[in-house]
Amino acid sequence: MLNTFMVYVENKPGVLTRVASLFRRRAFNIDSLTVGRTEKPEVSRMTITVDADGDQARRIEANLYKLVNVLLVENITNQPAIVRDLAMIRVAARHEARSHVFELANVFRARVVDVAPESLTLEITGGEDKIDGLLELLRPYGVLEMVRTGIVAMRRGSRSAGTNLTAENAAAGADSGTARDDVSYSV
Amino acid sequence: MTHPKNAPSAGKAKTETNTEKKTKTMTGASILWECLEREGVKHVFGYPGGAILPAYDALKHSKIHHVLVRHEQGATHMADGYARASGEVGVAVATSGPGATNMVTGMATAMLDSIPIVCITGQVGSKLIGTDAFQETDITGVTLPVTKHNYLVTHAGEIARTIREAFYVARSGRPGPVLVDITKDAQQSTCELDWEAAKPQLPGYRPDLSPAPAEYERALELIHNSKRPVILAGHGIIISGAMREVRDFAERAGIPVALTLLGLGAFPASHPLNLGMMGMHGEAWVNHTIQEADLLLAFGMRFDDRVTGTLKTYAPNAKKIHIEIDPAEIHKNVKVDVPLVGDLREVLLELMPHVESIDRSEWLDSIDKLKGDSAVRDIQNLPDSGHLYAAHVINDLWHQTRDGNTIVVTDVGQHQMWEAQYYKHEHPRTLITSGGLGTMGFALPAAIGAKVACPEAEVWVIVGDGGFQMTMCELATLVQENLKIHIAIINNGFLGMVRQWQEFFYDRNYAATPLLNPDFAKLAEAYGIRSMTVSERAEVVPAVEAARRHEGPMLINFKVEQEDTVYPMVAAGAALHDMIRRPSPIVETAEDE
Repeated sequence: MLNTFMVYVENKPGVLTRVASLFRRRAFNIDSLTVGRTEKPEVSRMTITVDADGDQARRIEANLYKLVNVLLVENITNQPAIVRDLAMIRVAARHEARSHVFELANVFRARVVDVAPESLTLEITGGEDKIDGLLELLRPYGVLEMVRTGIVAMRRGSRSAGTNLTAENAAAGADSGTARDDVSYSV
Repeated sequence: MTHPKNAPSAGKAKTETNTEKKTKTMTGASILWECLEREGVKHVFGYPGGAILPAYDALKHSKIHHVLVRHEQGATHMADGYARASGEVGVAVATSGPGATNMVTGMATAMLDSIPIVCITGQVGSKLIGTDAFQETDITGVTLPVTKHNYLVTHAGEIARTIREAFYVARSGRPGPVLVDITKDAQQSTCELDWEAAKPQLPGYRPDLSPAPAEYERALELIHNSKRPVILAGHGIIISGAMREVRDFAERAGIPVALTLLGLGAFPASHPLNLGMMGMHGEAWVNHTIQEADLLLAFGMRFDDRVTGTLKTYAPNAKKIHIEIDPAEIHKNVKVDVPLVGDLREVLLELMPHVESIDRSEWLDSIDKLKGDSAVRDIQNLPDSGHLYAAHVINDLWHQTRDGNTIVVTDVGQHQMWEAQYYKHEHPRTLITSGGLGTMGFALPAAIGAKVACPEAEVWVIVGDGGFQMTMCELATLVQENLKIHIAIINNGFLGMVRQWQEFFYDRNYAATPLLNPDFAKLAEAYGIRSMTVSERAEVVPAVEAARRHEGPMLINFKVEQEDTVYPMVAAGAALHDMIRRPSPIVETAEDE
């Protein structure tokens, strides 16, 4: 099954290579990996999705922790989380097809970000299923080009995993998932 | 520049002592040596070259003794042998490019056996990085998978903290090799050294884990309910320094102890509860005991494929308790029932007061029965019939040196397995061998490192004629350092272990295994080393004694039986109890199950 890991790492050169090399070396297959800045300049955050069973997922987590630059790993596969992917889709849209594409974009809350005589480019943000859905419906018109960012994820609730990334908190953080103030609602 | 410790006390020294100046301006190169000294380093093994020259230039001001090797691979194995013999961090130094890449095998060797070494390499100037400059290699990229951690240092100001972190990472938790790659300009430029301020900053590094109380409870329940338990004693016992605790535990709980190759010495060979070595070339009864056990207590070992055989049939009726410092080893090869993640010694100390003394004489008696006809199949109990068998040589060597302060350093192959079977190790750190990576050429340089670490020890190299020729250039290092090391070449004219596999599994097609060897006596003579050649059993003991009496190093060329075989053997991928046995002189058919 697809596991989603949030990985906090030190923002240092070469850390992405270390993480990617680990997955290759241990023969774990990365489905998607995104990396970017966080609210702290010294911390970067990765969202990694990987196909693994429960034992493998535990081993991935343990192996990630062996990397000296990894601060905190959270497997949020079975946790309430906000998960978002972004796609840009260039679709052939001539004559009457144009209005159909506009309509689909509206329904999916996608934005038209580029208009050309024979094509439209849509930008859509959402869960992977939603993007897959739009993509499926656009395919008959001719998808000329498509790019996706891979997912980024964040836990729901007010507790932020990375607020205090000291060694002790990080070690304990992975297990202490359910605090009282963790209640929140999807909006 | 002048080393601060030797700085002449000029007129202004007085004012400086008043303000107790904490920092001093030094070159990166001098900072490097000063930091190594502060980390307790007394010896380094290295080879100079362009990008590391500033560091070598500053070496003259340091108290550290530099051992000039003949190949950088040798430097890493020496650092490794030094670490294995002493328990301290070993240090190897090389230049950029080929110097650094030559160290890769040594780092991989140390990585797989969890040996703390720090490798320091020069790198081209930071402005030249990425330009394919002369002798430029991305060595931090190359060594990513074979180091515990590595660093590229481009500023003198980063050297102190990096060295402190490197030593801390190398020796803490599950130890391992750390590479520090320092650009030439970082070595040359100057900055202030403030040792106190250069504390390690490793917010993500957590080497000190300990199990939850509930896990201790579950472990104790399994131990107390077990009728047929076995301790699997690994290298972690030696790393953790838990020899005493393992012994206490085994004696109190009445549990027999099987050892991995790297565990040899962790539990005394002569102890009544010691079964011997397990695995591919383990004793038959040890493997049978594991297969029949109802509980395995894995102490600092990692269920390597060489000790488990096929996992499908491995210890099928046994519950498993795994005491291990590295969480990533839990459930890696063998699914365990109770993992206790932490330092072995601390975990055992926690466990010990709750362990009940249980009489397990029935189980121990039944293990005795498993020995069956092993004794009559043992080559030590067979007549030599005029042949010189390697197993006899090693057994005789053990008899002669057993009471001394002896460290045996082996290479890889048949002689290594015979050593493991017939040299009985009573103490930790008396066997130094490349287990995980199986690095041929390891023995001679590792022995040099061991001898430098323990000058009072009697160091014996046991090495095959193949592996010896991989790193024999280090004979020059041995002579240059005036080290008394004895070298026993087990010379069968073959790459013996590969030949054995060809005999069993490739229809005796001895492709590329026969060796045309040099005259080892003349070779030794060329280096100024005395040598002897032995081809009969009766000459073994006198040769060993002559070597021990001789004041310098000695090379003994044991010309042994060419097509000899290590028994028992579990074929790769076979079940642990499915062993190829030495044909019994009495029972004609092998009692394979």
